[in-house]
Amino acid sequence: MSLIGILFYAFLAIIAVASALAMLIDRNAIHSALYLVLNFATVAVLYLALGAPFIAFTQISVYAGAIMVLFLFVIALLGAEKLSGSEPLKTHRPLAIVLALVFIVEIVLFTVFRNQDISPMVILTQDFASPKNIGLTMLTQYALPFEVVAFILLSAAVGAIMLTKAERSPAYKLSHGEK
Amino acid sequence: MDAALVWEWIIKSLILILFLTIGFAYVTLYERRWLARIQARIGPNRVGKFGLLQPVSDAVKLIFKEEFTPASADKFIFFISPIITVIPALIILAVMPWGEPIRLFGREIELLISDVNVGLVYMMAVTSISVYGITLAGWSSNNKYALLGGLRATAQMISYELALGLSFVGPAVVAGSLSLVDIVRAQQSSLWYVILQPAAFIIFFFASIAEINRSPFDMPEAEQELTAGYHAEYSGMKFAVFFMAEYIKMIAISAIGSTLFLGGFDGPFVGTFPWLGPIYLLAKIFIWVGVLIWVRATWPRLRYDRLMQLGWKILFPLALLNVMITAIVVVLVN
Repeated sequence: MSLIGILFYAFLAIIAVASALAMLIDRNAIHSALYLVLNFATVAVLYLALGAPFIAFTQISVYAGAIMVLFLFVIALLGAEKLSGSEPLKTHRPLAIVLALVFIVEIVLFTVFRNQDISPMVILTQDFASPKNIGLTMLTQYALPFEVVAFILLSAAVGAIMLTKAERSPAYKLSHGEK
Repeated sequence: MDAALVWEWIIKSLILILFLTIGFAYVTLYERRWLARIQARIGPNRVGKFGLLQPVSDAVKLIFKEEFTPASADKFIFFISPIITVIPALIILAVMPWGEPIRLFGREIELLISDVNVGLVYMMAVTSISVYGITLAGWSSNNKYALLGGLRATAQMISYELALGLSFVGPAVVAGSLSLVDIVRAQQSSLWYVILQPAAFIIFFFASIAEINRSPFDMPEAEQELTAGYHAEYSGMKFAVFFMAEYIKMIAISAIGSTLFLGGFDGPFVGTFPWLGPIYLLAKIFIWVGVLIWVRATWPRLRYDRLMQLGWKILFPLALLNVMITAIVVVLVN
């Protein structure tokens, strides 16, 4: 890879990691949400640089455009943006440190003991990530997982609508013979 | 990389941004004059010939206004919200073609900034992030009216994005491509999609008005209930930038609608005289913006629950139905 390429990816990597850390550390929930948006946008730029514009723009419109907007909406609606200064979960910090150490050891073991003869990477064709190819792959090779995900999302949507339905008053139930 | 190509991109981007900002200035004048005509008034006609220097005088006035930041506002977000609002409006037209390729200085120049093969997905992505500026402006002002306006805007834009996105699918399916250049080409070889996709056209028209918070769907800035909505605490040039975003969005959706449904730069003799392309496109944008202003002058504002019902119970199912029928018909015909 050329020097400019390395610098470019390093720059993106630094922004992605820094925004993820800032998301965790910042005590203001709105700022955290915005750092997460920055993180998603950086990942989208990475996809774009790797030649997958469809996935990049889908990433932006789904994660940044829909999910994080809802997060912001709920935070602003509840007025829950200010977290208290002290950490309420006292026992979690030592546990997190232990788990992080385990994770680092795992990575080290993996890099040391991994299979050394890595087969050369398959050169991808130009239209590997074109919308047509993605659609074909999803609806032929991964048709079952695709349908399962669609079903789960549909049931979640139906469940959310059921929750918003007002419960009928006891008087209505009595007069209509419902228990 | 070819240095001339880089210069070409820079110049074309500058032309687009200048067109949008100058267009914004004159759309304000257009709106005031056209509204006045509809309401049997005269409108601003004193500054310059036919009031043509009115935007300049407005700009000078706004520059000299005090810029006030509320004491308990989130200063940084309060400052960047107008910028976040205006950037999506400025970049959304980057994938739209303005005309046939022309020859200039011995170079073949494509009249668009970038022919992305997923142009429509790019537009959806940019539309979906345009809600941030408004939400953040409402939140960071620390004013209950601004917050309510911002929340309304968020709810409204998320709701109408679905119908808007699905109305893009119809033309894409008929043209067999997500690139706007291909969609215009497909319309040149067959009919304009306002005839082939009338349902998508109507859904796009209403959903796009709601998406840019224009009347009759301008609930986020309903003066009677919310003083001024999300920009209640903004003054001076910061307010002007919000204003600019709104009018640039008007131009942008007119341009997108013209490209998707009215043949874009297509028109009689455009094959023989390539320079007619941008003129046709400009004329279509001009008429579309005029219709938006006409709608504003004649329709009262919808109530908020009616607005949500229209989005979720009428436009969204209709758009889904249109996508399904279009897909079936396209498969049967081919």
